[in-house]
Formats: sequence, C-alpha cells, structure tokens
Amino acid sequence: MNAVAETAAVESVPAITPDNVVMDCELQKIFYGDFLAVRDSHVPIEKNKIIGFIGPSGCGKSTVLRSLNRMNDLIPIFRFQGKVTYHGQDIYDNKVDPVVVRRYIGMVFQQPNPFSMSIYDNVAFGLRLNRFKGDLDERVEKALRGAALWNEVKDKLKNSGLSLSGGQQQRLCIARAIATEPDMLLMDEPCSALDPIATRKVEELMLELKEKYTIAIVTHNMQQAMRVADTTAFFAVDISQGSRTGYMVEMGPTQQIFEQPQQQLTREYVRGEFS
Amino acid sequence: MVSHLFDHIDRSGSVTAPPSGGDYAFDRGFRGIAWMSAAIILALVAYIIIEIGGKALPAMTQYGFGFLTSTTWNVQESQFGILPEIWGTLYSSLLALLLGGIFGVVIAIFLTQDFLPARLAVVFRTIIELLAAIPSVVFGLWGIYVLIPLLRPVADWLNGELDFIPFFSTSLSGPGLAPAALVLAIMILPTIAAISVDALRQIPYKVKEAAYGMGTTRWEAILKVMLPTAGSGILAALVLGFGRALGETMALAMLIGNSNQISASLFAPANTLAALLASSFPEAGEVEVQALMYAALALLAITLIVNVVGLAVMKFATRKFEAER
Amino acid sequence: MNSSMPVTDAPLRLPSLHRAHFEARTLQSGILTASTWILALVASIPLFSVIYMLLVEGGSRLDWEALTALPPSAFEMGGGFGNAIVGTGVMIGLATLISVPIGIFSAIYLAILDPDSKLAHTARFLAKVLTGFPSVLTGVFVYAALVVTMKTYSALAGGVALAVLMLPTVVLAAEQAMVMVPKKMKDAAFGMGCTRAQVIWKVVLPTGLPGILTGVMLGIARAAGESAPLLFTALFSNYFLSSLSEPTASLSILIFNFSGMPYDNQIELAWAASLVLVLIVLVLNITARFIGRQKF
Repeated sequence: MNAVAETAAVESVPAITPDNVVMDCELQKIFYGDFLAVRDSHVPIEKNKIIGFIGPSGCGKSTVLRSLNRMNDLIPIFRFQGKVTYHGQDIYDNKVDPVVVRRYIGMVFQQPNPFSMSIYDNVAFGLRLNRFKGDLDERVEKALRGAALWNEVKDKLKNSGLSLSGGQQQRLCIARAIATEPDMLLMDEPCSALDPIATRKVEELMLELKEKYTIAIVTHNMQQAMRVADTTAFFAVDISQGSRTGYMVEMGPTQQIFEQPQQQLTREYVRGEFS
Repeated sequence: MVSHLFDHIDRSGSVTAPPSGGDYAFDRGFRGIAWMSAAIILALVAYIIIEIGGKALPAMTQYGFGFLTSTTWNVQESQFGILPEIWGTLYSSLLALLLGGIFGVVIAIFLTQDFLPARLAVVFRTIIELLAAIPSVVFGLWGIYVLIPLLRPVADWLNGELDFIPFFSTSLSGPGLAPAALVLAIMILPTIAAISVDALRQIPYKVKEAAYGMGTTRWEAILKVMLPTAGSGILAALVLGFGRALGETMALAMLIGNSNQISASLFAPANTLAALLASSFPEAGEVEVQALMYAALALLAITLIVNVVGLAVMKFATRKFEAER
Repeated sequence: MNSSMPVTDAPLRLPSLHRAHFEARTLQSGILTASTWILALVASIPLFSVIYMLLVEGGSRLDWEALTALPPSAFEMGGGFGNAIVGTGVMIGLATLISVPIGIFSAIYLAILDPDSKLAHTARFLAKVLTGFPSVLTGVFVYAALVVTMKTYSALAGGVALAVLMLPTVVLAAEQAMVMVPKKMKDAAFGMGCTRAQVIWKVVLPTGLPGILTGVMLGIARAAGESAPLLFTALFSNYFLSSLSEPTASLSILIFNFSGMPYDNQIELAWAASLVLVLIVLVLNITARFIGRQKF
C-alpha cells in the first residue's frame, strides 16, 4: 500500500494492487443517444474503501456511478463502451444479466425513495426478493441498527416508510440496501436532500459500513468527500469538442487530491476557483 | 441469461442471490401476457370493424350507395334506406351540441375562473359529474314522464303562434325531436364541461396573471385571453361531445318517436341510426338484420371519424402547452 | 374630498380609482356573471329533477317484493325485478372477470414495459377511440360475433359486450395510476435487483392500486348503467337466470321495456328499478372517488 514517493510526484500515489481492486472500471465512451456524456476514464475501486466522485455539475459523475450497477440500462438511449470488471467478470458482457448485477451492488439514490409500504416491509423487501429463509425480524433489526435508525423506529415498524422525515427516509433506504448485505454500495449524492444533522448521521454510518462494504459515493460537497472518502476521483467537463463531455481528470488518496493535486484543473476546483 | 457468474464471490453473511429460474420464468410470462393484452386492444378494434363490415357486406352489395339516400324502410318489400335516420342523427346531435356546448363551456368557465369558493366548486363539479353517471334509460324514463309533459304546452303555443317558422311547423304529440335533443344535450354536457375544464386548467397561471396585470376585468380576461388560449381544447370537447351524441341510443329510442320521416320541425317525431338499431334489431329477420348491419357500419364510420378528429384536436391542444412550458 | 386641504389654483386631475358601476365594461361583466350563474343553476335542475322523481315515484314502490319477485305480466298486479337484479349482477361480474385482467395487463405494457413502442401508441390511441365508441355498436358487434354463432341471446354474450365497454376505461385509468407511481420508487426496486415483473408486481401495482381500483369501479359503473348493448346480446327474460347461455334479464332493459307499457303497475316498477340502478351506479361512482382520493 505505502509505495514510497521517491521519483516523480505522479508515482507517489500509493499503488493500487490488483488483488485489492474489487471493481475495475474502464470507461471508453458513454452516450445518451448521440450525446457523448462521459469519455476515457479509468476508475479502479478498492475493497473496503470509500471512493468519492467529485466534480462540477454535468461532469458525468452520476452517470459513471449509475453505470457501475447498470442502472443506466433503464434509459433506452443509453449506450456504453468499455469494460467494468467486477470480481474478474465484465458486467457489460452480453451474458450478464443486469438484474443479477444489481443484487450484488446495492444503490442509495439522491432522493430518499422508500416504497409506500411499512418501514418493516421496506427493509424486508430485498430479503424477501432474495428468498431469505432465516429470521426476518432479526435481519430487519440488524439492518435498521446498521443504518442507525433502529432506536427511532423500533416502536413503529408498521408505519408507512413515507411517514418518516427526509433524513430518516434516507437512512431507511440505506437499511433497505444493506439488509441483504450486498458486496458494494453505490450512493448517488445521498445527502443532497438532507439537513446537516441527518447528513452527519449518514456520514458516520458510511464510515462504519466500510468495514464490510465497498462504497462509491457521488458528492457535490467537497467537505463531505474530505470527511468520508479514502480515495477521491475528480471529474471535469470537456467542452472542447462542442458538447459537454465528462471525463476523469485525476484520482488518488483523498488527502493528496485536496492538498497536492497533480493537475491544474483539480487544483483550481478544490480551491473553489470554479464549480 | 447466465446467473451463476458471480458465484465465486465470498458472501458470508450475505443473502444476495441471483433471481431464481422461477423468477425468470415469471418475468418472461408476465411480460408476454402484458404484450398480448395490449395486442388484444388492437385485435378487438380490428375484429369489430371486420365483423360489422362482413355482416353488412350482403346489404352493401345489394343496396349500394342508394341505401344512404333512400327514405323507405319497408321490410315486406325488402326496401331499405337510412336517409331519415342520418338526418335525424345529425339534426338531434347538432341541436344537442348547440345547447350542451353553450352550457358545458359556461359551466367550465364557472368552475375554473374563481366564481365559486374552492369547496363549493368541488360540490358543483360533483353534481355535473353525477349527471354523467345517470344511465341513459333513466334519462329516457324521465324524458317520457317529466320532460315531454312539460314541453307540450310550450310546443303547442309555439306551434299555434309561430307555425310559419319551419322549426315549429308541427305540434308535439308525444315523443319527438325536441325532447330527444334536450335529453341528449343534458347527457353530453358533462363530457363537454369536463374536457373544457381540463383545457382551461392547463393554461399556465402566468397567462392569467399577465391578463389581470394588464388591467382586464374578469370577463375581459376570460373572453380575450383564457378562452382563446384554451380554444383548441374546448374545440376538442365539442367534437367529442358531438361524437357521444351521435352514438347515444336508449334515451333517444325512448324519446324521439322512431318515425321514418324528414322534417325540420322540432316537435315532429324522427329517428336516429342508433335508435333504429335499438328498436328494430331484436325483432328483425335475416334480410332486415343485413340492412341494419349496413346502418351500423354507417354509424361506425361517422362516429369513428368524429372521434378521431376530436382526439387529434385534443392532442394538438395538449402539445401546444407542453411546448410552451 | 378633504375640505381642510388647501385649494390650489390648478386642481390636479387624478384618474378615478373607484368602481364605475355603470361604465360599459362593468355592466358587461355584471351581465355575463349573472348569466353564468343562471346557466350553471339551470344545468343542475335535471339532476335534481331526476333524483326527485326517482325518490318519489321509485321510492314509493320499492319494497321487498319489488326487489325479489319476477316481473308481472300485462294485467297482473304486484311483481318485481329480482331476476333483473341477478342478471345485471351476473353480467357485470362476467364483464369484470374478462376486462380487468386484460385491462390491467395492457396498462402494465402501456405504462411501464414499453410506453413508447408502436404497439403501445396504437393501443393507447385505440383505447381512447373505444371510450367514445357508441355502446350500441358494441352490442351489434357481439351480436354478430357471439349471438349468431351461439344461435341464442345469452348472459355470456351480455357479459362480453359489457367487458368490451369497460375495457378502455380500465386500461386508461390503470395506465394513469401506474404512470403516477414515482419514478424514484421504480428506481429503488430496480436498484435492489428486481426483474421487471418483480418491480411491477411488488412495487408498481401495490402503489398504484387505489388508482387502478378507481378505474375498475368507474368501468363497472359505466357498464352497470348500459342498456343498448344488452338489447342485442342478453335480450330479456321473465325468469331467474339458470344458465349463462340463455336470454337474461337486466335492470336497464326492464326499465326500457316497462317504460313504454300502458300499465301503471309496470311504469311504477320501471321507476323503482331506475332507483335501484341509479343507487348501484352512484355507490360505485362514489366509492371510486373515495378510493381515488387516497394519494401516496
């Protein structure tokens, strides 16, 4: 891990060893119809780490995140060129069923999106979906505890998930995502709809969750990336070709990205010179 | 789909699993049934046209276009023509459109342009919608025992004083065009009002603000801004209301008098295509059934055209606002 | 206006901001407003008149005998329309069984599976055309397709005709209800690794259920009041239903038949049957509204 910084600064990035990488994502081109949304970005994602995607709006960071569990397949005009290798298997291979991919790679969305069913049923949803045969109550409680929501809802598990506050709804969605203990968790600006207190709770939660999961998080908020991410990938928009195409500029340990970025663009962005 | 691709991942404690074979079968079956159900709608419409057209074919080859312009309906001599019914259908529907249109649009204005406090508007809207829920036969019954007795003195007076006007040239002996058209107007009023209400509601609030901001009175805003803006939507309402009037059957069969004649008089008995079908079909023999099928095909063609035009206008109206937003 | 104000030499002429009650535009507004009120009130007279007649004429005759007995013959006194209630119920039941599954599945296709396909666009358009389709032609169609081939009027043919009438209402309402299910909920389900059928079955249908039920109820209400299609398909019968393949009585045809008879007994029964029919239709309508109000 701690490759020594002897030569050029670029090589001072701690080596990302292949056996650490749970998902290696080599994007060549992502299109929506004729619009090239993202190009040429290589993002290796390490096991049990939090990787943060930052960058100005329109830089394609959400698009990249949603490509990692093939959520983008729901958009008919979406086209993907490249390779996302997950445990040695390209998830964009023709033989791969996106439904299966999403079972292993859970997702938490920007807007809290509980189902209109009870809190309990929301959390049990994935367990039932995967035909879990064991003690449902126990797993639901475990997931709610894991999402730091148990104490607030343990007396009203039968209430509708929609009756909770925004922050509670988001933690419910996290509980729903982790109830099946998937392998990876993708979080698309999970705190953008939340107040500061709820945000802090979700961040603390992420730090706990990385013991078990690999987490990729898109965030608008650089402070948030600094607080939670081990690795940070910075995306920018390239308008040189006439359209607004996103690409990854630089990626490295969070501290390095924020304190001694290698690229001029990154430097300007983390200093708040453009957004 | 291969679902064991990720089986080598260490998943201690995890319950994630790919969907089972049953899940996949369910998915495929479910989507297949849904596709078929959607296709059934297409098949149904095609089947309706083929079935009615096919059964009408013998009569079509035998009577040709003369069927549409002949005025006799004589079962004994196998002479059939539906000009009086076409006349009666159009006459009664246009009258109903005139009355129902005026009332429907005014009610739509009444409901949308702040004449009533919100809660009362809901009550009134419900009244109009319940009007649409009253079955056709009940309106027929009401027409026979309430409307016709009510109309008769008025009709007799008009006929007595103004019989030189063609509309009043006969007396109302019972069933006739006037009560039929009135009931028809009542029946299409909710349709016209409901679609017009939607058209008026679609107007962005900023348009209304702009009108009032220019210092218009409420009516200037309604007449010069709101109605023209909602114009195509209201037109669609009128066309669809007209379509509904053309096909309305039972109340007309009970009220119009089922008489095979062409008269301009509002009080003379008449007939419509739909009423002809309802009154003759159950007792018709084979030859008459063929003629009736031809009449049904004519009604099908007329209503289909009117409805398609109405829907096209409505689509145009909705598009206009989508583009503006 | 204020006498204590010093009078200046050149009086400032401010435009009056007061209401000018007799100015043309004010007058026009007043007249139009008054006419609108009058027209709106006139338009509600028929409904109240119908309800009044139903309660007075129908209510006075509505008793247990009317609800259960068989229709009287010409000079007979008493009697009722029990068989017509049963017939209407059975045919509506049949129509619901046929149209609801097809309607909901096509709505699933139109709303979720492939909303922009050619099939979906065509089916949606045709469903809208069918809502404005004259019900009498539905009757003629089912007559040609079923009655002629079965060589008899029947409850089955009546049920099929009503199903054809209900179908577009159910399809369009169910589609609307499913489209209204927020996209983020569908996303959540897809994100959990649901197959499309699972997303629909576990999330979209339960969430859209109130709207779908509303559509079904409105479809049933529409079918219950229909008479023209039954005239060609179920006809009428003076006896209780014993098989689905024989002519069957219905409330609406009974009203139609009795309304033209010159006997007071039959006419009274027509009013009573109308009251029952309107009650059924109104209850369905109001229930539909009530269910539809529960929003997620």
